[in-house]
Parts: sequence; C-alpha cells; structure tokens
Amino acid sequence: MKVLRDLFRDYRFTVSFVVLVFIVTMAVLSFFSPYDPTLWHVVPRDMPPSSEYVMGTDSNGQDIFWQATFAVRNSLIISLISGIVSRVIAILVGMIAGYKGGNIDRVLMFIGDSLLVIPLFLIFVMLAMMIREHMNLVTLGLMLAVFGWAWDARLIRSMVLSLRERDFTMTAILSGTGTLKLVIREYMPFTTPLIFSTLINNMSWAIGLEITLAILGLVNLNIPTLGTMLNWALFYQSILLGRWWWILTPVILSLLVFIALYWFSVSISEYLDPRTRIQRVGA
Amino acid sequence: MTFVKRYLIPRLIQYFLVIWLGITVVFLIPRLTPSDPVMKMVDQMRARGSTLEPGAMDDIIEDLTQMYGLEGSWLEQYGDFWARLVQGDFGVSFFQFPARVNDLIAVALPWTLGLLLMSTAISWTVGNIVGGLAGYYTRRRWSRVLDSVAMVVRPLPYYVFAFILLLLFAYVVRWFPITGGASLGAIPTFTWDYIKDVLWHSALPALSLVILGGAINFQVMKLLVQNVNAESYVQYAKLGGVTENRIVGKYIIRNAMLPQITGLALSFGQIFSGAIITEIVFGYPGLGMLLFRAITNGDYNLIMGITILSIIGITTAILILDLTYPLFDPRVRYT
Amino acid sequence: MAESKQVVLRTEHLKSFYILDMQGTQKVVKAVNDVNLEIYENEIYSIAGESGCGKTTLLKTLFNEIVPPQRLVDGKLYYRINSEEVDVTTFSAEEKRKLRMEYISYIPQGSMSVFNPVIKIKGTYEDFIGSHVEVKNRDEIFAIARERIQELGLPKNVLDVYPHQLSGGMRQRVTIALASSLNPQIMIGDEPTTALDVVVQRGVIQMLKDIQKKLKNTIIMVTHDMGVHANIADRIGIMYAGKIVEEAPTEKIFDMPLHPYTQFLINSLPKFGDKTMRESVPGSPPSLADLPTGCPFHPRCPHVKDICREKMPETIKVDAEHKVACWLVEEEFNG
Repeated sequence: MKVLRDLFRDYRFTVSFVVLVFIVTMAVLSFFSPYDPTLWHVVPRDMPPSSEYVMGTDSNGQDIFWQATFAVRNSLIISLISGIVSRVIAILVGMIAGYKGGNIDRVLMFIGDSLLVIPLFLIFVMLAMMIREHMNLVTLGLMLAVFGWAWDARLIRSMVLSLRERDFTMTAILSGTGTLKLVIREYMPFTTPLIFSTLINNMSWAIGLEITLAILGLVNLNIPTLGTMLNWALFYQSILLGRWWWILTPVILSLLVFIALYWFSVSISEYLDPRTRIQRVGA
Repeated sequence: MTFVKRYLIPRLIQYFLVIWLGITVVFLIPRLTPSDPVMKMVDQMRARGSTLEPGAMDDIIEDLTQMYGLEGSWLEQYGDFWARLVQGDFGVSFFQFPARVNDLIAVALPWTLGLLLMSTAISWTVGNIVGGLAGYYTRRRWSRVLDSVAMVVRPLPYYVFAFILLLLFAYVVRWFPITGGASLGAIPTFTWDYIKDVLWHSALPALSLVILGGAINFQVMKLLVQNVNAESYVQYAKLGGVTENRIVGKYIIRNAMLPQITGLALSFGQIFSGAIITEIVFGYPGLGMLLFRAITNGDYNLIMGITILSIIGITTAILILDLTYPLFDPRVRYT
Repeated sequence: MAESKQVVLRTEHLKSFYILDMQGTQKVVKAVNDVNLEIYENEIYSIAGESGCGKTTLLKTLFNEIVPPQRLVDGKLYYRINSEEVDVTTFSAEEKRKLRMEYISYIPQGSMSVFNPVIKIKGTYEDFIGSHVEVKNRDEIFAIARERIQELGLPKNVLDVYPHQLSGGMRQRVTIALASSLNPQIMIGDEPTTALDVVVQRGVIQMLKDIQKKLKNTIIMVTHDMGVHANIADRIGIMYAGKIVEEAPTEKIFDMPLHPYTQFLINSLPKFGDKTMRESVPGSPPSLADLPTGCPFHPRCPHVKDICREKMPETIKVDAEHKVACWLVEEEFNG
C-alpha cells in the first residue's frame, strides 16, 4: 500500500494510471459492441457525434466509437505479443550473453548491435510487402518481436554483468547452485523492474510502428487497429472534408496511449531507482 | 599502434560484418517468406488489366525470375546477389521501367541527405546545449518547464509532429510551403534564390524532425550533465574556485558530450526512419517519397535498393562518427 | 611556543547538518555538531576518526563550501586575512571563490577521476590558476606551475600528459603541487594518503611536510589512519559523531590519550615487539541522523556511567594544549 501511495505522489504516475485504466476499459468494452467490426454499412454514413453515435460514424458506415474499442483492443494485442515475445528473446539473449561472456557474448551482442544499426523500418516494409496477405495481429506482433529485442537485451546484459561481480554470485556458485537456478532465483528479482519498464517501452514502440505500417497500407486493413482507423480516415480525406471526429478519434487515442505508457514506465523506473528518486525528492 | 589495433581494426571489422548481416537479411526476406515475388508481380500486372499473350506472360515471368536472382540454388543466388551489389547495380525499377534503381535513388538521395544533415545538426546542437544548461541549473523554473515539455514530446512518434505542423501551416497560418522540395518549375542551380527556395521548402519537414530529436537530446543531455556534475573532477574544480563558465563549458558540457557522440551514432537508424516518414507526410522528394511510391506500386526491387543503400549509408555514417570519437576523448587516443 | 602562535582559522560552536526531506518526513544528519577549533599558523593539524563521523563534512565546512542539502545551522567560522579576523560564513559565492587557491586551497583524494579526463594536466593548471590570477598569457601560468613542480621534484613532463596516464601516487602529488601553487595561507587535505600503497604514502607525507616547511603555512587534513597522523601532524583532533572529543599535540595524544575512544584508536595501532592481537573499537559508530542521548560514545564505552547516558560532557582543558570532553576525565580533574 505504501508503494502505491508513494507512486501516486508522482503526478505522471497518477495521470498515466487513469489514462491506462480508461484505455483498458475501452478495450474490454469491445466485447459488448453491438456491431461486427468487419461489416460495413451497419450505420448511416458520415454522421457527426450525437447521442446515438457517440463519436459519429465514418464513410464505411461504421460506428466510430465501437470501432475504436476494437482498434484499441487489437493495438494492445499486437503490442502485447510483440512486448512479451521480444522480452523472452531479450531476457534469454541478455542473460546468456551477460552470464556466459566470451565468444557467445560477442556473437549475441554483434547481432543485437546490428539490429540497432540497421534501419529496421525498411526491413519491416519489405517483410510486410511479402506477407501482406498473411498479416494478422499475431504475425505482425511476432514480426515486431523478432527485431525489437536488441536494445533491451543490451540493458539486461549489462545488469547481469554487474550482478555477476557481486558477492552472492560467488556464494551461490561455491555452494553448488546450478546456473539456471542462479539466474532465475538470484538475478530475476533484480532485473524484473528493468524488464517491466522495457516491456512498456517496447509496447509503445510496437503500437507506433503498427500505425506507420498501417498508414502505408502494409497491414490487413480489414482488422481495426489504431493504425488502420487512421488509414481509412486519411484515405477518405476526412481532414479535407471536415470530418474531424473520424480522424481525431484514433489520433487522440494514440497520443494518449503513447504518453500514458511513457509516463507510466518513467515514473515506475524512477521510483525503483533510488538515485533518481532522491533527486526528485530533493528537487 | 595499439590505437590501430585496439580501436580502428575492430571497428572496421564490425562495419563490414554489419553490412554483410544486414544485406543477407535483405536477401533472405523474399526467400523465407511464403510469397513468390514474381507471381505477386504478375498478379498485380494482371489486376491492372494488362492483356498479354500467354507466351508473353511466360517470358515476363522468366525475365522477372532472372532479375530477382531467383534462379539456381540458394547458394548460387546468394553469389549472384553479391556479384551484382559489388558492381553497384540494383537492377531496374518495375513500375518506372526502364528507369534503373540506381538512377532513381541518385535523384532522391541528395534531398534526404540534406534534410537529415540539417535537422540532425540542429537538433543535436540545440538539444545538447539547452539540455546541458537545464541539467546544470536543475532548480531553475525554465529548466523544469522544458523538462515537462520534453516529457510530453518524447514518447510521440515523428509523424505526429509532421501532421501537427502540416495542419497548423496548412489551415491556420500559411508561412511555409507544406509540400514539395522546391517551387514548381524552379531550376536547380547554385544561385542564392534557388537555395533559399529549397531551404524554405525544407523548413517544415526539418522542424518536425528537430522537435522530437531536440527533445530526446535535451532529456539525455540533462541526465548526463546531472551525473557529470557529481563527478570528482567537477567537485574538485568547484573547490579550486574555478570560474563557473569554465566549469560548465570545459568540465561538464565537454565530458557529458562524449556519450552523446556515441548516442548520435546509435540513433542514426531511427532518425533515418523518422525522416522517411516525414518526407511522405510533406511530399518531400527524397528517399521517403521514392519508398512510398515503391510501396504503393509494389516495386519490390526499388524497395530493396533503398534498403540496401540505407544500410550501407547508415553504417558508414556511424563508422565515420566512431572514427572521429578519439579526437574528443584522449583516453581512447592514448591507451 | 604555543602562545607565540597566531590563530589563522577559528570556529565558534560550528554546527552543520544535512537536512533531507524523504517523502515528507524530515531527516537531520548532524555531521558537524558544535565544533570549536583554533588552528594556528605554521602547523599541521589533523583530524582523526572512523568513517561516518563527520570528518569530511567538517573539512568542507572549514573550507566554507556548504552545498545543499548540507546547511550551516549555527556558529561562526573565522579566517585571519591580512592580519584581521573575518567571519567568512557571510561571504557571497564570488567572495568565497576568490579566497580559494590564493588564501585557502583544497587537496582532494587523488582518485582516478579527480582531474578532468579530456584535458591535459596543463589545462587543469590553466583553469585553477587562471581563475584567480590576472595573467597576460598562459605561459605565465605554466611558469608558476613549472616552478613549483620542479621544487617538489615531480617530473617536468607531468604538465603535458593526460590524467589517465598518471599513476595514483603521481596524481596525488600533482593535486598537492597544484594546491600549493599560489602559496596559500591554509591547505586542506581530505584523506590525501588513503588510496595509496605504503611506500608511495610515505613520499606523499614527506611532500606535504616539505611544502608546509617551505611556505610556513597551515595544513589541515583528515584521515582515518592513525599511523599517518603520527607521522605528519603537529596537533591532532579526535572526532566522534560530529564532535571533537579530544585535542592535543601529537606526542601527548599518543603518550597520554584521555578519552576512551582515543585510547581505542591508538591501541589498534601495531607496535614493535608486541605480538598480541590488536584491539579494535567494539561496536560501530552511531548514525548521525539518530544520535544516542548524552555522550554519543556511551553505547561503545567500556567505562560508561549513568551520567554519560544523560548529559554530553563539557570540553575541559587538562592543560594549555590538551582538551578533552569526557565525564571520566571531568570527575578526575574537578575532584
């Protein structure tokens, strides 16, 4: 309880918490939607917001509010797949590289560093072009995960490197603890906060890339996501035609998601890192 | 000698290895994915309503297969692939046939390069100076205000700022052109008028890149300065009564700069991706627009060319920056 | 001898605390708690005590460098400047800065990062001296630097290297040479010998003594190593939990330590021919944020009495040069 009270002292945590609760609620609401998100012309087209259609309707004849609930849900699913799978890769690579050292470390870190250097966006474009018809939430999430672990693996590795130098590692090895057990039991508690904050950053990155790829038309446009909603809104020139409710809904939702995720991760990691915490309290 | 051995050679090896790995990934993508790029192309041609004799279609398929380098075993394909690359030949563009990918890229590249260099230089310099001062004067009000602004700007993707600027300057105030790289019909010459025109057109795309880049540099530099400020040599200089100007300039900023040089190198890839998307939003005639047209036309060969060139370009930029690093850090120069 | 000596630095009831605000609750660390010192011209005064007793804070306070969260809570600090005693606690930041190097200089621990890593030692000299002396060009500064460096027998090329190229002992010597460059009245050393191995340590101690002899100035230093004190100090002050509990000329402290804490410190030193186990002080020093009542040493004191738990003893003069704050001595002395 004290932890929560301290966290809520930081306005960034409070704001991001409220926004994230709102976002998740929206995602859950999608299960109660009266409309099938894949069907067109279920409501009158291009209606501005009213009591019947809270956020108005679009040129495809879909209700924007209910469409947005699906979009939020699907964007979250993509980002969770990407986040969790890439966490598994990052943890494995980071811990193996950090713990084993030597040539394994060198090879793994070389691959990681290369991924950091290569313009991944273009690789995604090429991949997406090749598998456009197989593109769904899972494949997109996996595609992002396979390339999105490098920086986080590096962070975990450097943390393991510093942990390895500590006394308890020696104690554990001398008392015959196995490597796997050592890593899981002794290192995990230290790396968990780091893994959590990188998870959130990765989710934000995945949502952003999904939007980019969607605007370029490189994903399955029939699955509602924040990106595909934007794509349709842009495709029908909603800005020029003054249908602000259509373009603004996904824009505002995604801005909220980006800022909330970032503030959430920053406030938690600052809380967990006492050095910056004292700075904050002292300031 | 130790410098060459311990710094230069490993870096050169890494440079070539990264290029090799990146290009190999590019080679593998169409071969590991379930789609056949040639049949895809043919389908698209058919969908566009090309009516061809059945025999002509077979010819086209054969030509495409050859062009994609899809003949023979993977190993042979890989060999051919490299052979063509080493000659600097990216083949032809399918949808602007018979334009060569090389030539299309050559026209677009200077635009992107100029935009990137300008916006990176500005955002790096401004972000670091302002961030450095904010880190030193943490308690000042302006420092906290800027910090809050950066907290909002930092998590947003590049295109958000592009869209915001586009809307702002398209509908509210029309101070800058919102599309294109130069006025229509302007002839590229080395005259002040033309250069002014180009700079004028690049203002918004550059600004949208500078906003986020500047915010990132600001945040990182602020943190770095706060850390350097606690280092013994800064404390010692204060105790030695060294004037504040010297401490800030020569002790704090100069040392905090060092990780920022490496940081700049590592973020080139992201900045480049950002620039590409920004170009698309503003219709700026660089690699981004070229890529956009290639995507909408399904011009796989052109995309491949742009990707390979970007990999080489970015790694080279990083290598150059890495090689200049010892100039700033004597600890690397004299080991 | 003592009566003919002029006081250069004097404190009156000096209290300097760290006031920390931890999530709404205030924490007060009483690092310097009612310290009265008189330090003379032409002597080496050294302050002894365990880690965490407030030595370094006292030193910073004597140096008139108080940075939040540290605060000067009470008391006065006088320097004798131009034969006149001045209260320097009221000085502005710029006035404080001007005193440094010229009147009072600081010798840090010569750790790896004590000098700015990206500039040569020359550059550090330029900043430290150039911030205080009006010179026409840098060569004048280097002339001042070279003269002292040669007098102290340091290698001539020491100015032309980068800090990371110096050994630990050499770095420490350079800090001492630098601190003495402008012939200051007072030099303050924070554990200047601690990080060094014994042989180098001897050399550094000798160097400090030589400089003091030559400049006939005052050196105030802290270290936790009683052996170093015995070798270097004219007078020693024993510090415990933010207070000076005993003070006397070096010989007297070692021959006739009166405070039980001093006795522990001295008995922990090895002696020739004595092969018994050395005793260390039992227990650990109290937290400066949560001091015990009465005499802060009472929980560790083997001779503790009821009054020790209740009241802090006054500092009494056993003779002209020997002061101590302990109930045991008080009773014996006052009958």
